[in-house]
Amino acid sequence: MTDDAVRVRGLRKSYRDTVAVDGLDLTIAHGEVRALLGPNGAGKTSTVEILEGHRPRDGGDVSVLGVDPAHAGVAWRREIGIVLQSTADGAELTVAELIAHVARYFPRPRGLAETLELVGLTDKRDSRIRKLSGGQRRRLDVGLGIVGRPRLLFLDEPTTGFDPVARRQFWSTVRGLDTTVLLTTHYLEEAEALADRVTVIADGRVVAEGTPDTLGARDVATVVWRDGREQTADPAAVVARLSAAYGGQVPGLSVVRPSLEDVYLDLIGGSR
Amino acid sequence: MTTLSLGSARAGVELRQFWRERDAVVFTFALPVVLLTLLGSLFSGVYPGSPVTSAQYLVPSMIAAGVASTTFVNLGIGIATDRDDGTLKRLRGLPTPPLAYLIGKILLVAVVTAAEVLMLLLIGVLLFDLPLPSSLSRWLTFGWVFVLGVVACSLLGVACSALARSARSAAAVMNLPYVVLSFLSGIYYTPVGALPDWVIRIGSVFPLKWMAQGFRSAFLPDSILPQEVVRSWEHGRTALVLAAWCIGGLVLCLTMFRWRGRQTN
Repeated sequence: MTDDAVRVRGLRKSYRDTVAVDGLDLTIAHGEVRALLGPNGAGKTSTVEILEGHRPRDGGDVSVLGVDPAHAGVAWRREIGIVLQSTADGAELTVAELIAHVARYFPRPRGLAETLELVGLTDKRDSRIRKLSGGQRRRLDVGLGIVGRPRLLFLDEPTTGFDPVARRQFWSTVRGLDTTVLLTTHYLEEAEALADRVTVIADGRVVAEGTPDTLGARDVATVVWRDGREQTADPAAVVARLSAAYGGQVPGLSVVRPSLEDVYLDLIGGSR
Repeated sequence: MTTLSLGSARAGVELRQFWRERDAVVFTFALPVVLLTLLGSLFSGVYPGSPVTSAQYLVPSMIAAGVASTTFVNLGIGIATDRDDGTLKRLRGLPTPPLAYLIGKILLVAVVTAAEVLMLLLIGVLLFDLPLPSSLSRWLTFGWVFVLGVVACSLLGVACSALARSARSAAAVMNLPYVVLSFLSGIYYTPVGALPDWVIRIGSVFPLKWMAQGFRSAFLPDSILPQEVVRSWEHGRTALVLAAWCIGGLVLCLTMFRWRGRQTN
């Protein structure tokens, strides 16, 4: 059908009188790590749950790995990995028992040792799951999401509630995967650290899309000096020109690039 | 992987979790065993006109209560917990038919219920000299009452799992009707014939009373019949009520069962 891992056109979903997703378009290439950014209630989770086949949609075309998730069966599920938002299942099992159990559902799963290694839980293999810390539990969830060697992995707000160290460990886990990833997150650093491309949604619609460093004209820098200011995509050239003009030191020189956060707040603010 | 082999893999995980969950073992498995031991030791006396002691009279009734506990209570709490802790949500995202989950639960209930009945029988025989059914036809009676009772109570448990809002409230939601019905069905009160009329009337609506009566008919001699509500084991009526609850339970299951919690829209 298509060469893209995910292709969404005009997706719509309402709950009673609230419109959650309002004509959303999304295209994700194979092998890409895509972040879906947006404030609470923007429609991130609804969109992801529709793509996972967990929620029916009201309208639009959706193709995930070439299949409409609303009519997808067991064969399609073998290609998909899902890391849910918050889980507490299998509390009385050991890490190894639950990974081995989930592996049984897939035709050619990753080995237990390899999966444990990938998520950094090798030394926890025989621990009861209820004894894991929040960060370890989350890494186990990722392990359960990737044990079936999915071609597409959904990560729904994977690091909510993590401390900074756990978050960085988690990022390096995700970077080590060789699969297409759709990640939803509140954290801009997370999108910047992991994503090849970022899609910002607000009020159920895409308001911007791009690589983390070009999103929302982020690649345009502002050069400010005592006697003026200039917006440019090539600040080095402007500084060189100014430097030649002033014969060395440029008085009051600064070069400012908007942070991803500036751009993001601007984007979602503009849609309100 | 076939549905059947996935189902048996589920059963392995279910059983491991059941035995490791101390609350489940204590309340759904050990409680009937403890109650039988305590009540059986407290009651004394032999019913006039029969060789049956109070403790022996109690054993088949407690077996019925034990079956209700490992089916109705166990499934109700188990499924509410699976819904609450994300087990069901995870399974919906895995390449598996829902039937595999159900097979896992059925095997769990089968093993735990068989173990429960064996424990209670062992106590009955060793502590209270309960004679085992003396003829094939009595064993057959035990068999069909057991099968109908297990099916009816299991289906009701699956249906009632929908009433619990969370895993925490599930234990209360399931145990209240179970304990109340045990009293109304004359489980802890011997002999049944001595219960007030209104209690018997309410108890007779539900399957537990009939399962207990059916088990008594398999284990106790007919000379105990004067202590029953009516002077007959009422096998026809027992089969009818239990079968009606099997069908009613199935209907309730199909209308009430929810894969998702109430909080998630």
